[in-house]
Amino acid sequence: MSGPQGIGASVKRKEDRRFLLGKGQYTDDIILPNQSYAVFVRSQHAHAKIGKIDSAAAKAVPGVLAVLTGDDVAAAQLGGIPCGWLVKSKDGSNMVEPPHPALVQGVARHVGDPIVMIVADSKAAAKAAAGLVEIDYDVLPAAGRLADAIKPGAATVWPDAKNNICFDWHIGDPATTDAAFKKAAHVVELDVTNNRVAPNAMEPRAANGNYDGANDHFTLYTTSQNPHLTRLLLAAFTLHVPEHKLRIIAPDVGGGFGSKIFHYAEELLVLWASKRVGRPVKWTADRSEAFLSDAHGRDHISKAQLALDANHKFLGLRVHTYANMGAYLSTFAPAVPTYLYATLLSGPYDFPAIYAEVKAVFTNTVAVDAYRGAGRPEASYLLERLVSHAARQLKVDPIELRRKNLIKADQFPYQTQVALQYDIGNYQATLDMALDAIDYKGFAARRKATEAKGKLRGLGISTYIEACGIAPSALVGALGARAGLYEAATVRVHPTGSVTVMTGTHSHGQGHETAFAQLINERLGVAIENVEIVHGDTDRIPFGMGTYGSRSLAVGGSAIYKAVDKIVDKGKKIAAHLLEANVSDIEFKDGNYRVVGTDRVKAFGEVAFAAYVPHNYPIDSVEPGLEENAFYDPKNFTFPGGTHLVEVEIDPDTGVVEIADVAIADDVGVVVNPMIVDGQAHGGLAQGIGQALFEEAIYDENGQLVNGTFLNYVMPRAADLPNFKVGNHVTACTHNPIGVKGVGEVGAIGVPPAVINAVLDALAPLGVTDISMPATPEKVWRAIQHAKRGL
Amino acid sequence: MATVTLRVNRNTHTIDVPATTLLVDALRDTLRLTGTHVGCDTSQCGACTVHVDGRSVKSCTMLAVEAAGAEITTIEGMADGDKLHPMQAAFQEHHGLQCGFCTPGMVMSATDLCTRHPNPSEGEVRHWLEGNLCRCTGYHNIVKAVRAGAQGMKR
Repeated sequence: MSGPQGIGASVKRKEDRRFLLGKGQYTDDIILPNQSYAVFVRSQHAHAKIGKIDSAAAKAVPGVLAVLTGDDVAAAQLGGIPCGWLVKSKDGSNMVEPPHPALVQGVARHVGDPIVMIVADSKAAAKAAAGLVEIDYDVLPAAGRLADAIKPGAATVWPDAKNNICFDWHIGDPATTDAAFKKAAHVVELDVTNNRVAPNAMEPRAANGNYDGANDHFTLYTTSQNPHLTRLLLAAFTLHVPEHKLRIIAPDVGGGFGSKIFHYAEELLVLWASKRVGRPVKWTADRSEAFLSDAHGRDHISKAQLALDANHKFLGLRVHTYANMGAYLSTFAPAVPTYLYATLLSGPYDFPAIYAEVKAVFTNTVAVDAYRGAGRPEASYLLERLVSHAARQLKVDPIELRRKNLIKADQFPYQTQVALQYDIGNYQATLDMALDAIDYKGFAARRKATEAKGKLRGLGISTYIEACGIAPSALVGALGARAGLYEAATVRVHPTGSVTVMTGTHSHGQGHETAFAQLINERLGVAIENVEIVHGDTDRIPFGMGTYGSRSLAVGGSAIYKAVDKIVDKGKKIAAHLLEANVSDIEFKDGNYRVVGTDRVKAFGEVAFAAYVPHNYPIDSVEPGLEENAFYDPKNFTFPGGTHLVEVEIDPDTGVVEIADVAIADDVGVVVNPMIVDGQAHGGLAQGIGQALFEEAIYDENGQLVNGTFLNYVMPRAADLPNFKVGNHVTACTHNPIGVKGVGEVGAIGVPPAVINAVLDALAPLGVTDISMPATPEKVWRAIQHAKRGL
Repeated sequence: MATVTLRVNRNTHTIDVPATTLLVDALRDTLRLTGTHVGCDTSQCGACTVHVDGRSVKSCTMLAVEAAGAEITTIEGMADGDKLHPMQAAFQEHHGLQCGFCTPGMVMSATDLCTRHPNPSEGEVRHWLEGNLCRCTGYHNIVKAVRAGAQGMKR
């Protein structure tokens, strides 16, 4: 052990070595004995009745083991893919919850909807057979884009969903908000669109199912952020096999960003097919297949109105949003534009009145669900665009307008008008920190220097807040969640003092194997080299709800802390016996049990050994062994926040936007590993900048995904991005034992509006007042030409 | 089927594969060298980058039969026993990886760069990595790692 390894130490990651040696084990790396392979024939049309499926030629391909359709799924009585959250409309009615069979039964409802599953000896044979399946499509009118689906006379996605509305939900108080607008000195309005993006974790989804007939037991290797949740849904809803006969392993997973939370049809189908063909069945998505079958993110169309008094204090906010659900309701989809979006519309501001309406809309596209930030980026984008727009309209400094309206450090806990209570924060501190980091005072000179080159320079700001650490189970249950959202941990101290921790969260880039080991080092003094973090296997870990919403440390880490508390307490009893003292006189500090005020000490390792070799032991009152389980159900969400500043340079002749500088100051609570926290912020920033400048999953009016490959879906590359200036100001979360809030999503939440605000700041001298994401060169160039012509 | 003799990581393998087999599939599925990854189907992501006669190549752009006779190095062949290659060590030191999926391709591409250009500037690194996508790191720490790895490779 070299140097400090506890909270606050930037120790190098334990997991890196296997990845760097090429010894990581991802789902597609696993080839089981007698492995077979699955390929799916997916709908080419966004909306079509499926007539005859002629699979005779496919079945004749050598090596083909099975050709399965929706009829087979129906005959086997497999359950439909369920939705994990029930949202009710304003009138109290339940959302429209359409069926979602694992393979299409009758009508395909988006391009990529799986119709036929081929299982064969080899992937090549399965692909060859897939090419020979003939499907009679009776093409129906499609609602391919959100903007089209909400128009009168739009094609109908589901007969039960009138006007394609899944639910019509609201939050806040319309009467007080109306009153606020009536007395307002100024009202500012803005329409914003939040562009649809594809998550694109670098590892495509994969699933390998294996049925062991001798033991009547299923094993699934899958690219999942939450294997226990997948097991729960398979057991209760889709495969109808009880948990003890299901083992779900999510081995190394190559990024998730939300897209690997959800229970997908392929996971069910490989297990079912494995039992049918008597061999393990593996499916791995091609990238273009991932574009068509992974749940996408964002896709909102909103109208926002801000009411201000004569002194520019915010009086009220009114928001109306249409949110795309896609054709089917994915696992968390209804929660994203409601409880993860509209509850965040107060942002970091002191708002006396807010009212928001959200209409969720079906379209003939793949599902839309949580993607890094999930609802919160949509809220921060709307609010931060609106506030900067107001500053421009009122001819005031956007920073000063924010300062005037930010919740003050002495106002916490702060109850918003949209249900949340922020426990703590210091938004002025992060604002000042970010302004220093970007050298705000020097901006005017930098702008001049840019203009001397014939380009335009702009500075954009976003003061954002988010909610992480989902969630108090009773609260989310009352809001429609069909699961609890606690986390579980087991801490097993071995006889010689090393430690194994089983966590229900899953690490797919976040560095849990290191940061969670640091928690053990902090509490028990055990070197992180002697701590193993086990995740991603339902047979090794008692339970868990998984990793998403930046919850792993705040909820999963807190569960580990609770288990450690029990270990420490049991150790006190053992130490008291060994030291011949009263338990109340024993303290545990720096890895040692000590009789308070004396030099009588037992090291933690000695106590652990005694627990397993209980020769001199309080055996009448204390059981041998040193292993504890804990479940932690959070008391509240956590509320990271901060300021993101972006400077852009724009070439007015080409419309190319270059990110000149990014400086952010976040408050993510206590920082366990600064190196990892900075890395999480960097990654979020890249995705946020990607959404703001490059990325958009474009469906045409017929529901065809126009850019479903890396050739035409623009992923941010190294040369598109700058170095990031990242800083942290810490206010410790008040209600979890570590004081942590969460960092995984801050970049993706905070930065998109800062980028667009910077672009608009640069273009303002030309008369451009609005631009939508992504601000591509074409869009920027057109906006400049339109402004020039006064259009 | 075609019989192909491949030199991979200083070992010789003779394998029977369909003549249409891509080098990446021969490495992963036949030789079980699964450190080389597949992240796309359009030769954009670079997760499958290996060295062929010392130059970085996307192994999805090449048939296995085309690689016969060449000296191929994959990520599994970079370390010297237990000792990481200086570029691998730099990626760990500078937190240049998160989920690890793009990492083998990044390391293979970066070592080729630094063999050709022992002192790459930040801009040169960023432009060189044009063919390697990462969704986790925002490239910030990858760029730092590559420049540090360049110095490490000189020692």
